[in-house]
Amino acid sequence: MSATVACVECAAEIELTEDIEVGEIIVCPDCGVDLEVTGLEPAAVELAPMEQEDWGE
Amino acid sequence: MQPRLRIGVLFSRVRVEEKWIFGSLEKRGVEYDRLDDRLIHFDLEVPAPWRQYDAVLERSISYTSGLYALRVLNALGVPTVNTAAVAEACGDKLTTSALLARASVPQPHNALAFTPEAALQAIDAFGYPVVLKPVVGSWGRLLAKINDRDAAEAILEHKATLGSVQHSVFYIQEFISKPGRDIRGVVIGGRVLAAIYRKSEHWITNTARGGAGETCPLTPEIEGICLQAAQAVGGGVLAVDLVEHPHKGLLVNEINHTMEFHTVQPLTGIDIAGEIVNYVIEIARERQKEAA
Repeated sequence: MSATVACVECAAEIELTEDIEVGEIIVCPDCGVDLEVTGLEPAAVELAPMEQEDWGE
Repeated sequence: MQPRLRIGVLFSRVRVEEKWIFGSLEKRGVEYDRLDDRLIHFDLEVPAPWRQYDAVLERSISYTSGLYALRVLNALGVPTVNTAAVAEACGDKLTTSALLARASVPQPHNALAFTPEAALQAIDAFGYPVVLKPVVGSWGRLLAKINDRDAAEAILEHKATLGSVQHSVFYIQEFISKPGRDIRGVVIGGRVLAAIYRKSEHWITNTARGGAGETCPLTPEIEGICLQAAQAVGGGVLAVDLVEHPHKGLLVNEINHTMEFHTVQPLTGIDIAGEIVNYVIEIARERQKEAA
């Protein structure tokens, strides 16, 4: 069964896909903010960290 | 029977690449730990938790965290993919250029200066336009195409004033009028597995900046220069970015040591994640053999 979380920015209800994992980044379909999945039982999200200057590949 | 392996995967966030890598490890029945670089710490007097790994795959999103973790792991005798030396060579564009120059690998014309005045002299000698790049950075961030002397003076002053000291290492590169695309070659352990074009109307063609991928046939020329480039920085799991210069031919623009392959894998159908895992297993087995 898929879980839902509330966007911490705009409170929109977001449905998580079945194969979601902790550490994944999702985008709120309503406000577009990046959210990091921080828990699955229960499902939880936080604002994703801002991109840093040394990030990349 | 071969002894069981234990692999660590150092990561910052679970991108699609990490999902594929975790999936490949699980498919092969390899025991592995997910090491979130925001949660771990290294106590240098307690190396045992790290020495339990036969190899660690580094997938940090932060160059700094990844590099320091690799340095510590390598110092503790833990094999890593890639090694700290390779991360150091690839993560700093000037170091990459210096190593490519040493190995006579074709690359764009580059120059280095430490003050705005000296940089301006170098830029004037190149002629306009030129490109200024931060020595550390990715995803096409903070690249500046400078079309004339006024712009050069402004950008140099801003970099010297606003940036960290590292932005006063002025890395100057000739501007290449490329055919709206560059080429990414994927090298793993001495083999070129695939190549793609990254297309964009913008002069910055990174897929992180909206560039679109397209399959690129692997020619002997592409294979040759990718292998040369990988060897110059120490080899391992690498993405070699090439540009097609209208007169000089293929040039190595940069080399990535924690490559993203969310475009290459589906486009070419090649299981890059699986190949990376196979390579890590190979490195881990070598360590087991040495220890035996």
